[in-house]
Amino acid sequence: MKQLLLLSGKGGTGKTTVATGLIQLSQAKAYADCDVDAPNLHLVLGTFDNHTTKPYYDLPKAVIDPNRCTECGLCYQVCRFDAIAENPYRVIPHLCEGCTFCTHVCPAGAIALEETVAGTIELHTRGDETFSTATLKMGSGTTGLLVTEVKKQIKDKAEFAILDGSPGIGCPVIASLTGVDLVLMVAEPSLSGISDLKRVIQNARQLQVPICVIVNKSDVNEELTERIRHYCAKEALPFLGTIPYDREAVAAINSGQSLIERGGPASEAIQEIYHKVMKELEAL
Amino acid sequence: MKIAVLSGKGGTGKTLVSVNLAAVAEKGGYFDCDVEEPNGHLFLKPSDIEEEEVTSLKPVVDMDKCDGCRVCVDACVYKALAYIPGELMIFDEICHACGLCTHLCPRQALTETKRVIGTIRRGRRGSLSVHTGTMHIGESTGVPIIKELLKKLDDDLSIIDSPPGSGCLVLETIAHADYCILVAEPTIFGAQNLALVHELTQVMNKPAGVLLNKVEDGINPSELYAKEKTLKILGSLPYDSYVALENSNAELLVERSEKYRTFFLELLKEVVDEATLAAQR
Repeated sequence: MKQLLLLSGKGGTGKTTVATGLIQLSQAKAYADCDVDAPNLHLVLGTFDNHTTKPYYDLPKAVIDPNRCTECGLCYQVCRFDAIAENPYRVIPHLCEGCTFCTHVCPAGAIALEETVAGTIELHTRGDETFSTATLKMGSGTTGLLVTEVKKQIKDKAEFAILDGSPGIGCPVIASLTGVDLVLMVAEPSLSGISDLKRVIQNARQLQVPICVIVNKSDVNEELTERIRHYCAKEALPFLGTIPYDREAVAAINSGQSLIERGGPASEAIQEIYHKVMKELEAL
Repeated sequence: MKIAVLSGKGGTGKTLVSVNLAAVAEKGGYFDCDVEEPNGHLFLKPSDIEEEEVTSLKPVVDMDKCDGCRVCVDACVYKALAYIPGELMIFDEICHACGLCTHLCPRQALTETKRVIGTIRRGRRGSLSVHTGTMHIGESTGVPIIKELLKKLDDDLSIIDSPPGSGCLVLETIAHADYCILVAEPTIFGAQNLALVHELTQVMNKPAGVLLNKVEDGINPSELYAKEKTLKILGSLPYDSYVALENSNAELLVERSEKYRTFFLELLKEVVDEATLAAQR
C-alpha cells in the first residue's frame, strides 16, 4: 500500500481542503484523519454506511487511596511531571504520564494504576471505502499513540491511502510521518508559513520521507510564493503547483460542497496538482 | 492579568491577535507557546535577546556495571529501553525522562545526563518583553519548554500565544491563564474546533470569550456556536485582503493602520474588563 500524507507545519494552510480534493479525484479507497487534536475531515466526506468505534486507552494513570496513604510525600518528591498535589496527596490525572515511579516508591502500597479512556477510535465504511479517524478526550495528552492507532485501521485496506496530517512538528506529526511513502507539504505564502514549512521539511527529512510542495492561497502574496518556489528549487524538492485563494471556498465548505464539485480556478489547480502527485508516487 | 489566545484549528489568527494585542499594550509580556512553530517574534522583532537552553534528562548506561538483569527494561512503560546480550539500548526520543529506570537499577549502572531539547529567547520591544520557546526538530514534546517559558509570566499583563490543537501543549499553555480568547474562523471547521477548545476551557475551569476572524457575508457557524453557548463575543474582524497581505509579511497591523490600532486597543480593554469581571465571580 502506498500512503500519501499531507502536512504543512503552520495550521490553516488548507491541508484538509486539499486532502478532500485528492480523495475525490483519486477515488481513494482508504483515508484517515491524523489530526486527532482537531479532526475535521469527517465534516466533508458525506455519510457512511457503517460505523464502528472503540475506546482508546492511555497508559494507566496513578490513583492514590486516601485511606492507605501515610502522607510520607515520597510520591510527590519523585514525580517529574508535577502530577501529584499536596494536602492531601492526590494525582492530577491530566498531568500524570503513567510512568509508575510513584507506585514503586510508595511504602504503604496506596497507589494503584487505573486504565483511562483517552479517546475514541472510529472506522467508517461505504462500499469498498474505509475512513479512519479519532477523537481525543478533553484533557488527554498522548496524541502520537492515537495517530498510530488511526493509521493501523486502514493499513493494507487498499492500494493507495491518503492521510490528512496535523500542524506542528511534534509527536502526532512524527507518528503520522512514520512509514508513509510521500509527504505533500501544503505551504502558505507568509513569512510565518515559510518559517514553519522549513521546520517541518527538516522533520520529514530526518525520518527520510520523500517530500513535494504546493502553495495554497498563492495570490495572497505572489512575492513570497516565488520565494517558496526558489527555496524548493534550491533544496531539490519537487514543486507541484499553486492554488489561488478562493473567497467563495468558505461558502462551499459550509454548505458541505467540495471544492472539486464547485469548479473554478482553485478546483482546476487541485486537479493539476493531483496528476503531478500521482506521478511522484509512481516514480518512487 | 494573564490572557491565553487559542483556537483548536490552526491558522485562524491566534498569532495575529496575540502580537497586535501585545503591541498596543506596550507593556507586560508576550509569550509564544507554539514551540513547534513559533512565529510571534517575526512580527514583534525583539532586541536585546538573551538565550537559554532547555534541557531534559536522559539515562545513560555504564556497560561495565550492567549485568543484563532487565529490571529497567521491564519497568519502563514507554518501552524506551531494550536489552540485547552485551548492550542496553536507550531510545532518547521515546524516553519521558521519568527517572524510574535509574532509580530501580540494582547495580547503579544507569545515571542521568542533560540533553538539550529546545531554546528560549527573551528579548524586548520597548517596555514589552517578548518570550519565545523553540523546540528542537525531532523532539516529540515541547511541554518542558512551555513550562520553562511561562516561569517569567508578568502578573500585570501577559499575552500567551497558544499552539493549535487541544492536546498536552495547549493544556500546559492555559494552565496559568486567567482568561482565554478563542479565535474562530467562519467555517464548519472553525466551529468544530471552537467547540473543542471551548470544552477544554470548561474542563480547565477558565473563563473564555470568542473573537470572530476572517468574517464573510453569509452564515458564520462559529458565531452560531458562540450564541448557542452564550459565549461572549469579544469582537469581529471581517476578511480583509489588506490584513492578509500585511500579516503575510509579518507586519503589525496596529502600526500600519489607525483603524486596526483602534480595534485592538478596544479589544484589549474589552478582554481586560471581561477577565476582571470573571475573576470577581
